[in-house]
Parts: sequence; structure tokens; C-alpha cells
Amino acid sequence: MASYSTNEFKGGLKFMLDGDPCSIIENEFVKPGKGQAFNRVKIRNLKNGRVIERTFKSGESVEAADVVESNYQYLYNDGEFWYFMDPDTYEQVGADATAVGDSTKWLKDQDICTITLWNGTPIIVEVPNFVILTVTDTDPGLKGDTSGGGGKPATLETGAVVRVPLFIQIGEAIKVDTRTGEYVSRAGK
Amino acid sequence: MEPDLHHPSWRPTASLEMIRLRAQLLTKIRAYFEQTGVLEVETPVCSSYAATDPAIESFQLACNGPAPRPRYLQTSPEFPMKRLLAAGSGAIYQICKAFRDGESGRQHNPEFTLLEWYRPAFNHRQLMDDVATLVNRILPEPKAVEHLSYSGIFKHHLDIDPHLATKEQLKQCARQHGIVDAKRLDLSSKDGWLDLLLTHCIEPQLGKNRLTFVFDYPASQASLARIRPGSPPLAERFELYMEGMELANGFHELTDAEEQRQRFHQNLEQRRREGLPALPIDQNLLAAMDTGLPDCAGVALGIDRLLMQITRATHIDQVLTFPIARA
Repeated sequence: MASYSTNEFKGGLKFMLDGDPCSIIENEFVKPGKGQAFNRVKIRNLKNGRVIERTFKSGESVEAADVVESNYQYLYNDGEFWYFMDPDTYEQVGADATAVGDSTKWLKDQDICTITLWNGTPIIVEVPNFVILTVTDTDPGLKGDTSGGGGKPATLETGAVVRVPLFIQIGEAIKVDTRTGEYVSRAGK
Repeated sequence: MEPDLHHPSWRPTASLEMIRLRAQLLTKIRAYFEQTGVLEVETPVCSSYAATDPAIESFQLACNGPAPRPRYLQTSPEFPMKRLLAAGSGAIYQICKAFRDGESGRQHNPEFTLLEWYRPAFNHRQLMDDVATLVNRILPEPKAVEHLSYSGIFKHHLDIDPHLATKEQLKQCARQHGIVDAKRLDLSSKDGWLDLLLTHCIEPQLGKNRLTFVFDYPASQASLARIRPGSPPLAERFELYMEGMELANGFHELTDAEEQRQRFHQNLEQRRREGLPALPIDQNLLAAMDTGLPDCAGVALGIDRLLMQITRATHIDQVLTFPIARA
């Protein structure tokens, strides 16, 4: 496996730390004018998402992590795994609940997701920033209300619940920002 | 690097205003030395000899002539300036580029600008006052000045005596202060552990809205400073900090040629142990010191960092026209 020296450290570099793949968020070079240099790095553990701070002696080497990001199309869920397909090679991969995490509530067949694979196994599934989903349940709105003020909860086809304006009805498609879980607009057909 | 249409890499990273402020800063520095009778000099940046300090890496150049042999870009102008002092120059200063391979980050660029000056008959205490006067003349608002000993800052911030503590105690102290990697880090010397604690736990607290001078370093960190005998013996060396950033490093200079020769050889021995490249010792400096380097104090001050302090810049790239990635 390839390795990286601290002088190759930069944001986004993936390497192995304590057996887990990690990604550098921020790298700071610290050095007294006449002394030992260090790299203080802020790192995200890609398996559990936790952010930690670590210190390396400058010149130390770390083992590169075989981590790649690629776009996959969501196919189906068999109760244990969520299956995705590479749209170019038709190769399929199965992601477990840990990898899918919160993305599960926005996943709809055929959506294109960004998947981070470590040694070929999905560890992070990221849904697009915006998805279009159909409302399957919500209270009937007041007739003539178009202001959207106040809002009400609506259940979407994936099971997610978002707050929508009062005028949104069952069966309508809406656009949702998956980063905030907020309603954006009606999705024009 | 990915081309960025909004910030093409041919452009300077410093604003035009910053470039003007740098010019003003240099003018003020030259005026100060003119008024105080210090002569501006130039010395070569490219030398047949290198700094042997194991913590500093020189850029090496393959030179075809005259006299084909490797040459080194200076990591500071210290050696040739001391040769001028030995030749009877009197007080001198220089504003020049210095180069340190591999040093890159928020406060580092491998090529940077140094102001270095020497005052014959000064000791490190008098030179600290000189540094404070110059810096306070340049800053938009003069700042209070404080002097703290190296052992004082360790006792105050970490409740540990840096001179008496063992390597094991320093390691323990690092763990107690949240440096998780203390367990794993392989630091060969006690100084490595002192550097870890200094950079991680103390430096960020130094120089808050003031000029903080740290002085009297462990003898093992004397570099080119003279060592004052005592218990413990202390290096007559100082550093200036502002807002957690190291700005200057000064010495009451070692003038004993024999001791200088020994320190160079110790450096080479340490480089060999650490698997670092061997380097040629500056024979011209030693010859000058054999003739007689006058009693003097000298200091190097980072101009880029001083400009960062004046303008409150948070990254060195903001004060450089073209940092290494664009050079």
C-alpha cells in the first residue's frame, strides 16, 4: 500500500489511522524557529464521521487508505442492504445501514448518489443535495390558502416527514433540501 | 492544481493594498536603522556551506561552475553577516530572502523575508529592547512589552520545570494536556517534547495584545547563542511572540570559535543519527571567528509575519505576492 509523508498532507487526503480510513479536514504546520516541526491535523474518521485532532512529527509517514468516491444509482433495499449500481459498468454494491445512515429517508429508486468505498465496500452514501419526492400523507390544507405561512407536516414516499406550506396536497411532488431536511418548492411536472 | 476561474493562479495572493503596506514597512525599517547608525549590507543567498541545524533543511542546488559543487540557499544570512562583523563592519542589518525546505503552512512559506541585524557590544537584553523599540515604532498602535523566562512560561502554563523535568514527565504532561498522540509520538530528544508542549500548549497563549519576549533557553537549545554557566546553564537566546506567533529569534552571540566548531560537529552527528543529509560546515565563518568575532547580539525577524501582525492577516499567503504554489 502507498504511503504519504506529512509534507503531502492537505485537505481531503485519505489515510489510515488506528485501523480506520480518515480524511484530512485541516492541516496545520507548526514549528518553533529552532526545533521540532509538527503537523497538527483535524481529521474525519470516515467510518463513524467523528472529527478528531491529531499531531504528527513532520516527516512521519502514514498508510494511504484505498478510498474512492463514485456516483451510483440506487436500486432497492432487501431489508439488510441497500443496493446501488455503477451506471457505466452496471456493477452492483450493497451498503449496510451504517453506511447509508440518515440518507435512507431520502433514497428513491434511480436517484444518483455519491458513494465512498473503502477497499471496495461502501462506507458513506450521500444523497443529492436536492431530491424530488411525492407527498403520501398530509392534512388537507385550507381552501384558498396560498401564502404558505405556518405550514404542516407531510409524509413523503420514502417515509421522511418534512414541514410544507398549507397548500401542498397528497400526491404532489415537492423539492427538498436533504442537508437541512427543509421544503424548497413544488416540483413542476 | 485545478484551475480556478475566479482566482487564476497567475494572480498575486496579496492585495495591491498589502503590497503597498509592505513597501511602507520596509521604508520604516530602513529609516529606523539609518537613525540609529546601523549599516545596510547585502551578502550572498547562495553559498558553498549550509546551516547544520538538524531542524532546518536547506535547498541544495546543483551548480556547474565556477568550481562545480553543490551550493545551498541560505536559511538565514547569519554566517556571512558574522564574517562582516569580524572584518570590522560595526552594527549592520540586512533585509533578504531566506529559504527553508519543507516549511509550508499558515505561518510558513519555504521562501520568506528576514530582517536580520547585529549590534556590537550589546547583550541579548539590550537587543530585546532594540527589537521592542523598532516593532513599536512600526505597529499602528504601540504595545506593552513583557519579558518571560522559558522556565517561567512552562511553570505558569503547565506547572512543570522544563530544565528539571525528565523526558517521561514531559510526555506525561503532554498527555494530561490533551495531546493524544503523546503515547505514540517517537521524539528522540527531551527538546522534542519541550517543542511539542511549547507549540501546542503555550505558544497560542503568548503575546496577547502585547510584545512577549521569552528568554533564557535550555542550553541544549542554544543554537548559536552563548551559554551562561550556572545551575542550570542557560542559553542567552530570546524569541519575540505576538498573538501566539513567533516573530523573532535573537542571541547574545557565541564568539568562541572552538565551541562553535564543536556545536557544528554535534549538529552533524545528530543529523547522522536521524538519517538527515550530511552538510559542509562553514569554514569561512570558523576562520572569521578564529580571527575574532566582536562581542555582539544579533536577531532575525520575520518580515512576512510582522506584516501579518500589522494587517491582522490570518494566512501568510495574504501578505506574499506569490507563495510557493504560485511561484
